[in-house]
Amino acid sequence: MKLTGAEILLECLKREGVKTIFALPGGVVLKIFDILHQQKDIDVVLTRHEQGAGHMAEGYAKATGKAGVCLVTSGPGMTNVITALADAYMDSVPLVCFSGQVPTSLIGNDAFQEADNVGLSRPCTKYNFLVKNVAELATTIKEAFYIATTGRPGPVLVDIPKDVSMDKAEFTYPSSVSIRSYNPVYEGNKWQIKQAAEAMTKAKKPILYVGGGVVFSGASQELLELAELTHMPVDMTLMGLGAFPGEHPQSLGMLGMHGTYWANMAMHYSDLVIAIGARFDDRVTGKVSEFCPHAKVIHIDIDPTSIRKNVNVDIPIVGDCKTVLRELLQILRATVNGDQRELRKSWWNQIHEWQQANPLTYQQESDGPIKPQYVISRLYELTKDRDPIVSTDVGQHQMWAAQYFKLAKANRWLTSGGLGTMGFGFPAAMGAQAAFPGRLVLCIAGDGSIQMNMQEMATAVVHKLPVKIIILNNRFHGMVRQWQDLFYEGRYASSYLETTPDFVKLAEAYGAVGLRASKPTEIDAVLKEAIAVNKPVIVDVPTYPYENVYPMIPAGGCNHEMILEDPPALKSKQIGAGQVAPKDSDTILTA
Amino acid sequence: MEHIISVTVENKFGSLSRVAGLFSGRGFNIESLSVAPTLDPSMSQMTIVTSGDERIIEQIVKQLNKLIDVIKVVDLNESDFVSRETALIKVHTRPEDRAEALRIADIFRANVIDSTPATYTIEVTGDPRKIEAIINLLQPLGIKELTRTGRVAVARESIRSTGMQAKKIARE
Repeated sequence: MKLTGAEILLECLKREGVKTIFALPGGVVLKIFDILHQQKDIDVVLTRHEQGAGHMAEGYAKATGKAGVCLVTSGPGMTNVITALADAYMDSVPLVCFSGQVPTSLIGNDAFQEADNVGLSRPCTKYNFLVKNVAELATTIKEAFYIATTGRPGPVLVDIPKDVSMDKAEFTYPSSVSIRSYNPVYEGNKWQIKQAAEAMTKAKKPILYVGGGVVFSGASQELLELAELTHMPVDMTLMGLGAFPGEHPQSLGMLGMHGTYWANMAMHYSDLVIAIGARFDDRVTGKVSEFCPHAKVIHIDIDPTSIRKNVNVDIPIVGDCKTVLRELLQILRATVNGDQRELRKSWWNQIHEWQQANPLTYQQESDGPIKPQYVISRLYELTKDRDPIVSTDVGQHQMWAAQYFKLAKANRWLTSGGLGTMGFGFPAAMGAQAAFPGRLVLCIAGDGSIQMNMQEMATAVVHKLPVKIIILNNRFHGMVRQWQDLFYEGRYASSYLETTPDFVKLAEAYGAVGLRASKPTEIDAVLKEAIAVNKPVIVDVPTYPYENVYPMIPAGGCNHEMILEDPPALKSKQIGAGQVAPKDSDTILTA
Repeated sequence: MEHIISVTVENKFGSLSRVAGLFSGRGFNIESLSVAPTLDPSMSQMTIVTSGDERIIEQIVKQLNKLIDVIKVVDLNESDFVSRETALIKVHTRPEDRAEALRIADIFRANVIDSTPATYTIEVTGDPRKIEAIINLLQPLGIKELTRTGRVAVARESIRSTGMQAKKIARE
């Protein structure tokens, strides 16, 4: 039987097991929406902006491990979703984005709402297609899902001209694909794996440096066994949080620019770095020439270009984290004979010393201003038994969340790591909530970043996505202010937001629930109330505006040279009037 | 150091821009690039002349391999290779210069492929030094237009493997 392009698209989505898509219509995709309107298998979440659709698909993908799907129209629909595609590309998120295109006869004519979708998305997608003939549509979609989800995952764009969605073709869905020029390697080189195992059993001061690759590969179980078998400490990147249980005694937490003191010290003084699914980002390495000066480096990654891109590697292993770790474990189970604990005793003593010397701290006075770290600590304590999914935006609150919210499992942490996209958190949380309607989904946000995709509150209300947003409201672009304090002599150029909206009223205006905690003593009660509501909630928490994130490695600095607290000049300045002194009444004023 | 990289890609819409975009997006040098279909018309052959230290070249090769449309990447500098470039040079010729122009063409085994009373168009093929040399000699006459193909290159067959191939062909 012959089907239209739009019907073929629907059939393909069903066969790929897609349950939810995030979409916003427009002229050239109306045929597709018309078909989606007449069926019940796939939920269509109508977003208020295409960027929201893209981030929701990302949140869906990060929480489920499956490809997220979004559908946008041509021209501005496409340009709006670009940020989400670029974000997904940096963070290796499997995404399939369908974009509408003007009819093939008009392509290149500067038609209404025409944009070169394939050209625009080329540098920020793993691959993209322009479908010129409806007969190629089914195969193209199959290839798109295959490319997005295999190898190092990433976003794939399928651009569908209006006439292709309306033309008819015989529908057959290929059961498998093979692309002669695309053959990701899953099995690691056996010889290299043997070398790695040998190095690991001998090392006195090894460290596992774990990234998002472990999450996407589903290798948490293997990682746990490896760490326990060899008694090695585990550092996680921002993207790797949750890959290893945060409360595990061998977890050193996050490393890098705002990582823990001991995680960074352990990296710097280790004799063997085992990087698994991590890419030696500049926020982790700091000054490359002085990165891990005493260590041999083993690097396991599915993407060959990640290996030796930023740092030299002694034992490179190209392969899937899970597959390679299994191979490694097979060797290590036979060779490790329980003496690892003894071998690494002095290393662990050293790490414990570092932990005691400079723990993560903050001062919360019961009648003083609310400290953001306190809010996150309380949120963690109050929700950890419910295995929540946590999303963040980008900035200070993101780093505090990474430090204080200790995730137990993978696929619980939705954050924008590579691109650092403010406005990511809320729609990503909604995507995860759409995938898991019964779960507790928290979005930790700042007052700056939440306003970048606030419009999606309407989507959350309509589609009954009861995400709990906790806004750490310091009336600043806090991370910008921190850098200005440390490196620009406290000149707050465009970082002070002056007036933020009354988020409680804003939530209510959308038909959601708005709550506020104004004193430290109110935090617990308000958070509990928010968690109990089965509706989208905004919890507005006015926080101390001058709190800074520490430890901090200045950009391009060495890993063992961390700033651990406000420099004296800054401390005295904060007590004084400051350059722009936000009044305590600011939030109240707008309330 | 200069490297010549031979890239086999899918002969389809967008392949060239993916390769070119990779070089510009990651700040790699591209000195010349030539592209044409192979014996199998579904594939194209690119010859890219680039430069960089060992780590950059390694990244270029890996990044090219990562592109979905790329079928095969060979860094020709890893073995012996031959390379050629063709230039078409249109020179002004006053009556008294015409013989000189022909003499220069002759020295370089170049051909005159178009002639008007006031110009010759000379076709020359060789390695870049040869092309530079003929350009230098023709310059005093006045070069009106110059177009170069960029280099194409192919790995030298080792004597041993050629022998084996000959045997194989003989058997067949």
